[in-house]
Amino acid sequence: MITGPLIIGASFAYVGLLFAIAYWADRRADLGRSIIAHPTVYALSLAVYCTAWTFYGSVGRATENGLGFLPIYLGPTLIALLWGSVMLKMIRVSKTERITSIADFIASRYGKSQKLAGLVTVIVVIGVVPYIALQLKAIAWSFTILKHYPALQMPDAATMPLWHDSAFVIALLLAAFTILFGTRQLDASERHEGLVAAIAFESIVKLIAFMAVGLFVTFGLLGLGGPELPQAVERAREAGLLDPLIKPGISPFQDWLAITFLAALAVMLLPRQFQVGVVEISDERHLRRAMWLFPLYLLVINLFVIPIAVAGLSMFPNGEVNGDTFMLTLPIAFEQPWLALLVFIGGLSAATGMVIVETIALSTMVSNDLVLPVLMRHWRNRRAPEDLGWLLLNIRRGAIIGILMLGYLYYRLAGEAYALVSIGLISFVAIAQLAPAVIGGLYWRGGTREGALAGLSAGFLVWTYTLLLPSFAKSGWLPAAFMESGPAGLDILAPMALFGLTGWHAVTHGLFWSLIANLGAFLLVSSFREPNATEATQARIYVDALRHRQPTSAPLWRGSADIAELMRLAERFLGVARTRTAFTDYAGSRDLPGLEALPADGQTVSFAETLLSGAIGGASARLMMASVTEEEALGLDEVLDILDEASQIRAYSHELEQKSLALEAASAELRAANLRLKELDRLKDDFMSSVTHELRTPLASIRAFSEILYDDPEIALDQRKRFLGILVSETERLSRLVNQVLDLAKIESGHADWRNEAVALQEVVEQAAQATEQLIQDRGIQLDLDLPEQPALVWGDRDRLVQVLMNLLSNAAKFAAAQAGRIDVSLCPSEHGWHVCVTDNGPGIPEDALELVFEKFRQTKIGGAKPAGTGLGLPISRQIIDHLGGRIWAENLPGKGANLCFELPAHRSETPD
Amino acid sequence: MSKRILIVDDEPNIVISLEFLMMREGHEVRVARDGEAGLAAVKAHRPDLVVLDVMMPKLDGFAVLEAVRADQSLAATRILMLTAKGREAEQQKGLALGADAYMPKPFSTRDLVEKVKELLESRD
Repeated sequence: MITGPLIIGASFAYVGLLFAIAYWADRRADLGRSIIAHPTVYALSLAVYCTAWTFYGSVGRATENGLGFLPIYLGPTLIALLWGSVMLKMIRVSKTERITSIADFIASRYGKSQKLAGLVTVIVVIGVVPYIALQLKAIAWSFTILKHYPALQMPDAATMPLWHDSAFVIALLLAAFTILFGTRQLDASERHEGLVAAIAFESIVKLIAFMAVGLFVTFGLLGLGGPELPQAVERAREAGLLDPLIKPGISPFQDWLAITFLAALAVMLLPRQFQVGVVEISDERHLRRAMWLFPLYLLVINLFVIPIAVAGLSMFPNGEVNGDTFMLTLPIAFEQPWLALLVFIGGLSAATGMVIVETIALSTMVSNDLVLPVLMRHWRNRRAPEDLGWLLLNIRRGAIIGILMLGYLYYRLAGEAYALVSIGLISFVAIAQLAPAVIGGLYWRGGTREGALAGLSAGFLVWTYTLLLPSFAKSGWLPAAFMESGPAGLDILAPMALFGLTGWHAVTHGLFWSLIANLGAFLLVSSFREPNATEATQARIYVDALRHRQPTSAPLWRGSADIAELMRLAERFLGVARTRTAFTDYAGSRDLPGLEALPADGQTVSFAETLLSGAIGGASARLMMASVTEEEALGLDEVLDILDEASQIRAYSHELEQKSLALEAASAELRAANLRLKELDRLKDDFMSSVTHELRTPLASIRAFSEILYDDPEIALDQRKRFLGILVSETERLSRLVNQVLDLAKIESGHADWRNEAVALQEVVEQAAQATEQLIQDRGIQLDLDLPEQPALVWGDRDRLVQVLMNLLSNAAKFAAAQAGRIDVSLCPSEHGWHVCVTDNGPGIPEDALELVFEKFRQTKIGGAKPAGTGLGLPISRQIIDHLGGRIWAENLPGKGANLCFELPAHRSETPD
Repeated sequence: MSKRILIVDDEPNIVISLEFLMMREGHEVRVARDGEAGLAAVKAHRPDLVVLDVMMPKLDGFAVLEAVRADQSLAATRILMLTAKGREAEQQKGLALGADAYMPKPFSTRDLVEKVKELLESRD
């Protein structure tokens, strides 16, 4: 029913569909309506992580050690939480530096070193090509199994002629696809719209296929109308067939940890992941959705792994069917041809997606970082061809074919060997070697080119020794004895138990030692010297990627260049039209009228270098630029000065920000203070105006009467006497006023002299009463003093206290009743000290004026007439009492007149003065 | 020629001096001790000239001036303002409100007498 031609036809149709999608997406992109500029498409393209190894292999791993397949998906899920920092940095750096690959990324970080880029490329190619072989093998396997439908037959060692080998045909098809959609333009930092669209589509196909089998099997397991499974499961359990699943020899904790960690690194550093995740992203905001959508995808595609494994183990109890094939063999066993075909297509999509993206990523690296450097060395002696762009594109196309053929060859040679079967995780460990250089480069400024070279080399060597060579030995390509002991029979150097470390899974063991060696060498060698100028510049761009959005390395170049030369160089790679457009746009971005106005300064050279980087990688671009410019070497000190300046400017601007905040606060305070000052100023003005008024009034009388007396000698004697009396009293009033104003000013400003001593209030009261005796008697007022025996000691200036009491007494005298006027003075102890009250029997003070009487020039009128006095007596009294730590107030006693009281703290005689 | 003069001021000694000066000129003098009494006296006795202090209890000089000027029947009343507040603004305000003359305290008795004479003559 399912024949070879049908499968081949379906495969071709499927790949044809991929071509169509890619073609359509490229067309849309050309028209400016990008299909991949969407966060969901971005997240789906990241799912290229799930290869045929996931599609078929997860079930296989589950049959061997239960949940042991999970860490490979747990790692990416966990690391996705950190993408907001790590991935975002990688993306920002790659966009500004026009990074084309993971090799370019690392090389650019450590001073744009061609050597480093080459090393990374070698490691990645060696690590990843077998993985491509694994995909091809999966395609061939699934093809063979399906072709025998409805018979269940495991494929035997590949003996078919080349042209009948589906893997070979598929490899050729994929090469065509990759060349067509992956090398449309030289600028590898530009997006491959069609390719990404096809990858996203493949992610959907493999998910649907996996879910279809999963649902089919699960319904059967649950007895919901699917295949007849429950009894089989029961039997299988009794036979102990499910043991690996149910009682999985749960790999030790460190294996889980190691594989989780490994997968977390791989999902960012695998060339294909870097390609779709970093190079192809169109908008960094897409990352936000990918951070949850991609882990969700991983969760969903793993949902049915266990049910399928259970069903597989139950159906094929004798172990004649490989667990890796359950996905396909279960539908065949239940005679579901279309489901089996769907699974085949799903597996095909998982494999092709991986192969396409991995190949394009590797070909970029190989052409830019391996072939081009060799050619450049060659061109030193011989003239380079004029159109380098075309040459480079062809190199890249050749690399694509080369890599795919390499993968195919490895598959043919390795076949069923352990070296191929186990390559998944081993490949991950190779990729993990990039981690110290990448992660360290993003967060640590101290790394150097030699450090990165040493780390990568050490890690790669340990990886080869502990993982790659043993896998060859297990495949029978090396003597098995190789695994038993180290060179020269040194057991301590045994590749699978380095330094006596046994009991760990080979991958965990290899990962542990290779990363230790890698990290150790990286840190140690980096510590040999300070980063040089270029490294320091690049470190700033990488480490500070999230701080300033557009770091420029421009000011770090000094030398002479010629715009025409720069453009000629770019034209050789990018073509005349593209170069002119790019330079013109750049001139526009610098607000220059056109190309002619463009200065050949550091910024322009840096722009041209970045432009070229997109095509040939950072390291080669730097060398190319060096050939047409004359750069004066900038010493490290100078670079550090410039960087320092930049960071100082940053710090300064931060400081400015802080200062402006502080300034704002200060200015608010200032406004408030200003308001207070204005209020005080107004009060002072009022005071001055009042003082002036109070001075002018007696002066007016004095002047008027003086002039009257002067002008008119004829005035009657009694009238003359009266006028002279007025003159005397007004003069007295004037001098009193002047004294009081000065007094008040002195006290208020704190310049007054205080001759403080222990004073008995009795003496004060008596002295004041004596001084005002005349005034009081003149008014016919009776004065009563009620003073205690015991001396009422307070701490204060005797004269000023007498002044207070005189003010109170003369005040009371003014207000006491005209007939039978009385004034009572009482002195008694109070809670806080001594309490003095001067009470009159006058009309009292209106309630609302009780406080006002202590304001300057606020005289209460008696019966409408203006009282004699300056209006300063009570304000001065309040100042004095306040100064001595007491308080003074006015109150009305029911049925009596005004009551003016003050209170002063008692002075304890034993208190030292 | 005897005129009726009203002195409105709350400073007793200044009142005495003004009263003396005006009486010496042969005028008929009345005295009010605050603004309210002053306004009542203007209405009751219709003086030819009022010597009006500004700072006074109950009703200040400006208020009295305004009230007098608001009353058409009192239009002929000359008003000379006296104030111990010597600010320019006060003077402007007084003149704007319709005072005929404005003198700061302390004043020259001669100037005052002259000014009163001048104002009374301008009426005739």
